[in-house]
Amino acid sequence: MVQVLFFAQLKEQLGESEVAFSGAVPCSMAEVIEHLCAERPERQKYLKAKRLMMACNQDLVAKDHIVNDGDEVAFFPPVTGG
Amino acid sequence: MIRVQTEDFDQNQEYRLLIDGNQQDGAVVTFIGLVRDFNQGHDIKGMTLEYYPGMTEKALEKIEAEAKAKWPIGRVNIVHRVGDLSLGDQIVFVGVSSSHRKDAFAATQFIMDTLKTDAPFWKKEQTSKGERWVEAP
Repeated sequence: MVQVLFFAQLKEQLGESEVAFSGAVPCSMAEVIEHLCAERPERQKYLKAKRLMMACNQDLVAKDHIVNDGDEVAFFPPVTGG
Repeated sequence: MIRVQTEDFDQNQEYRLLIDGNQQDGAVVTFIGLVRDFNQGHDIKGMTLEYYPGMTEKALEKIEAEAKAKWPIGRVNIVHRVGDLSLGDQIVFVGVSSSHRKDAFAATQFIMDTLKTDAPFWKKEQTSKGERWVEAP
């Protein structure tokens, strides 16, 4: 299973902080987004935002990163710490 | 050294962590970030800092390692607060020791710049017109 986490305003916009990914793995981060949007089209507006950041196993990754079973995936808006 | 915490920090204690028992470094540069009263056109009363437990610490450790690979520096101390903060509160401490000042200045700047783009923290401000998420530049 792949756990998907959302943070900050993305979490509020989607109204959910985590979901279990039910698509086939291995697949790319882009495919995870496609699957989540197909599952609930209202996610599309937020998960296809231009400046969305993403992580796999707590490392920043790009859309072509390959996700495997057991991975922890996260999506979040550009960070604003410091 | 990396810490992510809700508690405030004491500048002198953080400084001591950089210099106690450290006689090879002749320079220490420290930076402190604070909650200021005006941001992106809004009056700020306070803010809440969200983070990604686990990844945030990992990202900061990575930034520390990158700084150590780029410059011949001694110790690095990064403290970042999360949770509810008020106007004037300290948010972040970055301190770097090195043999010579140039490397400590450069590494401190690099750590802050990279922390702002790569470390998962998000600020939600309480303003006179309600709450708002800070927009990244």
